[in-house]
Amino acid sequence: MSEHPKGLIGQPLDRVEGPLKVTGQATYAADWRGDEPHLIGFIVESPAAKGTITALDTKEAEAAPGVELVLTHLNTPKQIPFGERNDDGNFAQSHAMMRTDHVRYVGYPVALVVARTLEEARHAASLVRFEIKADGDAIFDPVANEKLAEKPDALDGAEEVDTDTGDFDAAWAGASHTVEAEFHTSGQHAAAMEPHATVAEWDGDRLTVHMAIQILSDARKGFANTFDIDPESVRIVSPYIGGGFGSKLGIHNEAILAALAAKVTGQPVRVNQHRRNVFSNGPHRSRHRQRLKVGADDHGNIVAIHHDSLAAMSRDYPFAEAPASPTRGSYATKAMHTQHRVVEADIPKVDAMRAPGEAIGTLTFEAIIDELAHECGVDPVEFRLRNEPEKDPNSGKPFSDRKMRRCLLEGAERFGWNGPASRREGDWLIGHGMAAAIRPNMMMKAEAAMELAPDGRLVVRLDMTDIGTGTYTILTQIAAEAMGIAPDKVTVELGDTDFPETCGSGGSFGAGSTGTAVLDAAENLKADLLSRAAKADRDWKGVNSKALRITDDMLSLDERSLPISALDDGKAISAKGSASPGKAHENMAQYSYGAQFAEVAVDAVTGEIRLRRLTGVFDAGRILNEKTARSQLMGGMVFGIGAALMEESLMDDRYGAFMNRDLAEYHIPVNRDVPRLDIHMIEGFDANSNPLGSKGIGELGICGAGPAIANAIFAATGVRVRKFPIHMEDLMEKLPPR
Amino acid sequence: MYPLQLTINGKAHETNVDPRVSLLDLLRENLGLTGSKKGCDHGQCGACTVIVNGRRINSCLSLAVSHDGDEVTTIEGMASDDGLSPLQAAFVRHDAFQCGYCTPGQICSATALLEELERGEPSVVTKERVELADEEIRERMSGNLCRCGAYNNIIDAILEVAEARA
Repeated sequence: MSEHPKGLIGQPLDRVEGPLKVTGQATYAADWRGDEPHLIGFIVESPAAKGTITALDTKEAEAAPGVELVLTHLNTPKQIPFGERNDDGNFAQSHAMMRTDHVRYVGYPVALVVARTLEEARHAASLVRFEIKADGDAIFDPVANEKLAEKPDALDGAEEVDTDTGDFDAAWAGASHTVEAEFHTSGQHAAAMEPHATVAEWDGDRLTVHMAIQILSDARKGFANTFDIDPESVRIVSPYIGGGFGSKLGIHNEAILAALAAKVTGQPVRVNQHRRNVFSNGPHRSRHRQRLKVGADDHGNIVAIHHDSLAAMSRDYPFAEAPASPTRGSYATKAMHTQHRVVEADIPKVDAMRAPGEAIGTLTFEAIIDELAHECGVDPVEFRLRNEPEKDPNSGKPFSDRKMRRCLLEGAERFGWNGPASRREGDWLIGHGMAAAIRPNMMMKAEAAMELAPDGRLVVRLDMTDIGTGTYTILTQIAAEAMGIAPDKVTVELGDTDFPETCGSGGSFGAGSTGTAVLDAAENLKADLLSRAAKADRDWKGVNSKALRITDDMLSLDERSLPISALDDGKAISAKGSASPGKAHENMAQYSYGAQFAEVAVDAVTGEIRLRRLTGVFDAGRILNEKTARSQLMGGMVFGIGAALMEESLMDDRYGAFMNRDLAEYHIPVNRDVPRLDIHMIEGFDANSNPLGSKGIGELGICGAGPAIANAIFAATGVRVRKFPIHMEDLMEKLPPR
Repeated sequence: MYPLQLTINGKAHETNVDPRVSLLDLLRENLGLTGSKKGCDHGQCGACTVIVNGRRINSCLSLAVSHDGDEVTTIEGMASDDGLSPLQAAFVRHDAFQCGYCTPGQICSATALLEELERGEPSVVTKERVELADEEIRERMSGNLCRCGAYNNIIDAILEVAEARA
């Protein structure tokens, strides 16, 4: 490995945990075995929404071979009611399950059958008999129930629920060109490849869980608030997570059920959600109705923007997505009005899914901006350049570092943009489209610990997670560069509440926040090492820590060197570090940026849509690892393709049941759906973001990808589709005559 | 319980199984080989792909008792004393995964795919003869879902190894 640890940050280091993942040795939650055999739990789901269990017969199931317990509301241990103690937010509130005879939604657990093997549990689950009387007043569809809409108390990731700047009505009335449209985005499921899984075990009042979770500290509070125990007595272990995309931010049904069953049986209990469970016992993104109005003057300058959104909020689980959040930072305008409303519904948890707000907000907003550019007769790239804001259009705060202009221009150059061009190749209608990408940049609190052993090995510990984002690798790079040590001497240990608390993985804030904490720990460790060195050897007095190196078991600086063992009698030396958002996160508008360009082919007869090319140019500040950063952007772009063309969680609104609860019917992009993606990262360093200069990258790639595709479909066919995903049947009737 | 003999990664196993146990659950639950992953249990995602008698299959769709006498290779059997297999190494180098959950299935699938290419077996996109190109690999790997979206890198890793063998 590198002998030049300086300059390591940014290098395309291979994933440090890669060898474990390609050999099947990385232990995900369901792979954890421990010393004692686990009992296996299988969920019995309610086929009815919002109702009361009026009959329940578990005798036959209990008598089935191998069954140790049939857990129902009749024998669950004490829990705090669902939704209580939510001062710390929805992840930390009580997630109580089967506490009463009340059923909250379709798929809600009526029983957990616990047996020695999966086969025994699954069979016995089919023997549980029950009846549910539906209350008859359940709410499912937010749009049909708009009269029940409320302003949510808070909005995910945004400061204000509604905003109103300038005089919208006057600006709208005075606009020369206007477009007004209503968009519908479907419900979506994160569909991480790893279904939610938990192994729970109690030792008296102490609970240990091995589970798949993005934010350990919130989950710990969630368990504590559910079981009315001290958070300190909950240990969560989550070293490898098979994808999160928001779905594992908080704890879900199998986690509480496993803990309940482990308490009753006194044995470790493992509950894996099967794929169909995931669609109702895990979270999803609500369907949204978004109404947009945009207007421009004679010169193609935007003067008025209105963006409102209506979505479902799962009852007693406060989460409201913010599709208008990216709109607020996008373009200069005289007046802007944004608004978010929710309808409380009797459906599974609605929660954050990758790029909450932006994923579906830029999807609609960048599509209508394309329409407005078209109305104004201005090239879409030129239109966006013309409307670049000098300061944040909503808050009036200065931007910290905005390279949107470069993203647009370099993207156009790389793609070979010559307007929303269209041409015909046989039966294929070819079109080009583009869209801008924007995603708020956040910083959160984090702590980290470091320990240097006398043999020169450095261990870094924090309760951060690596959900595929590359955290193990970038933290290794940051620690190695900061400590002047080779990366193969560094071990990063994550995913354990025994380690210092962090913000975990979410909102693209993980790398910057936890990387800064690791950097701070390194500075503190270096200071301690030098002060110890100065005591051991006067030659080390007053030296500059920047040139410090650790090679094998020696500390060195220029021509000085000392064995590490001499610094503290052969003991390991440790230090802690922390990070928190600075004033620049309050005083400045901080975003990551991008521009995406798509070429699609649409079959002139059938309307079949094929994405041929997608180019993305991004500004995410300093890149911490060129290889894993590229992968993050690539994965985001693939998510964007799914949102534009495939992903659709369909609910039967008569019963509140998701109908397409598996990967054969909930379509995500497969290898053949994804063309070569052209990705370019603009070099940068945003000192206002954090000392590393990095900005959030994990959700940026999804922003702009979908609307670029939708705009290319318009260029190819002349059809504006105002619902997502766009399917062939949305085009078929409207295609130009042959 | 039914007696079952099979060879897994070159090692003979003799066991008794519940006839309801899938090959995937036999590997994961009975034999402790947790490298093969359960993503859907319905043959829709490919995370459980293993190689049986030289052919790749979804081990979740196959009952263990139907594999008496079979030779099974799982992700745990890919590396040798010399280190990672060429595909495993290429997956790391090309960052052909992120979360890593689909990776054992992707690598088992790609390992069998290389043999299919060598045998000249056509796919739905094959024209006159099998050619080492994006579209051919893309088609043959479309049964292995990757939600992290590493598809481009998966193609790069497989093409690199396939070209080195050709």
